[in-house]
Amino acid sequence: MASKPLQKLTESLLQGNRRALSRLLSYVENEREGVDDVLAALFPHTGKAWIIGITGAPGTGKSSLVNTLAKAYRAHGTTVGIIAVDPTSPFSGGAILGDRIRMRDLSGDAGVFIRSMATRGSLGGLARATRDAIRVLDAAGFDLVLVETVGAGQSEVDIVRTAHTTVLVEAPGLGDDVQAIKAGILEIADILVVNKADRPGVKKTVAALKAMLELGHPASLGQLVAHHGRLLPVEDKANGRNAETPMWIPPIVQTIALETTGIDDLMTVIEAHRNHLVDAKIFAQIERQQIEIELHDRLRETLMRRFLQDIDDAILADVIAQIQARRLAPQTAIEQLLRHM
Amino acid sequence: MAIRVLIAKPGLDGHDRGAKVIARALRDAGMEVIYTGLRQTPEMIAEAALQEDVDVVGLSILSGAHLALVPRIRELMIANEMGDVPILIGGIIPDEDKAKLQEMGVTGIFGPGASTDEIIDFINTIVKDGDGFEAASKTD
Repeated sequence: MASKPLQKLTESLLQGNRRALSRLLSYVENEREGVDDVLAALFPHTGKAWIIGITGAPGTGKSSLVNTLAKAYRAHGTTVGIIAVDPTSPFSGGAILGDRIRMRDLSGDAGVFIRSMATRGSLGGLARATRDAIRVLDAAGFDLVLVETVGAGQSEVDIVRTAHTTVLVEAPGLGDDVQAIKAGILEIADILVVNKADRPGVKKTVAALKAMLELGHPASLGQLVAHHGRLLPVEDKANGRNAETPMWIPPIVQTIALETTGIDDLMTVIEAHRNHLVDAKIFAQIERQQIEIELHDRLRETLMRRFLQDIDDAILADVIAQIQARRLAPQTAIEQLLRHM
Repeated sequence: MAIRVLIAKPGLDGHDRGAKVIARALRDAGMEVIYTGLRQTPEMIAEAALQEDVDVVGLSILSGAHLALVPRIRELMIANEMGDVPILIGGIIPDEDKAKLQEMGVTGIFGPGASTDEIIDFINTIVKDGDGFEAASKTD
């Protein structure tokens, strides 16, 4: 059971107190004692928010897009929680969290809550505590949680394990069509946005992405790309789909975040993706997978922590020395160490 | 646990080099710096401080409007239950205004010539319990 002050804080959070919300987010981030009980108490209140991940390379306009998108949702009365992740310095442990600079339009709106997070050593594009922070915002009653990842390279794909809809933001002039067929981040997108669509090279970028979809999607077979964003019935028996199960082809949306151009289109395809997941009963399947991944992550962390707590430091130091002297292979060492558990 | 610092430039003044130098120095000292950019209203600053649950608010003011801006920010922070969060000021502050600012609840004032080490040490000294967890756990 959580301590009394933590219980009080949890109650205030559920009543919509913003100070309680920001405090709890810090405790979650700092892994404070008793915070697991708070998260457990909040858990029944979660599962209502739609979680949208915004990812893409640095400088493609993720923060500006989050700003414009959040503003557009607010115009419809939807409340928006935002988590913006920026990298922690591997040397000092410090960070500059600068995503708010682009989100000044959202200031003064009680229907918006923006929180910046540093990665604190996490490598997948999110912070370790991001998943829990999303749950806290969800429990606080936000209809929508927008998660902006760090400026992602090719393999920062944690967001897809956390979000319901993943939006990948590209900008013109960042790479040729070989970049577009590489594995990794492009594969995780539910929606592709080409932002800064007033810049030269936008046609080329869109064409490369279209070509990527043609090659990459077993369902697309040429003509589907012309209908990108629509749901077309596809025969794919190997994966247990039948002709009635529609397949999602990632639509390509062109936006100019600073001028709000294309934002309505983006909202439309996000809604379409949400309907697709829910209608095709894929949502439950995705949620199940995400829970499984989360459990694996947590198990790994907990087992590791317990192991390090239990093991005698001298034994560990001895094993390291033996490996360094080439008397013991790292693979054999693991077997030996596990016997101490 | 990293100390979280908000660095903001209130009011109408477009010179942010100093603020950026400080932000970078605090980053290199292992702090998490939330940088809000230029031309922030007191309302925006207090709101950012609240949402980010910062341990310190650093204001860079070169415009001369400190006596108008600071009390408003402080007032809003108190209304947000953040009266215990120290406010530091950097920039051009005339000597005769320093006492007034301190009366208004400003914890530290650093003018031109202050070294970044001095500011880092100051923050490390005044921030004892980063996220207020121990303090909150003791109440009640």
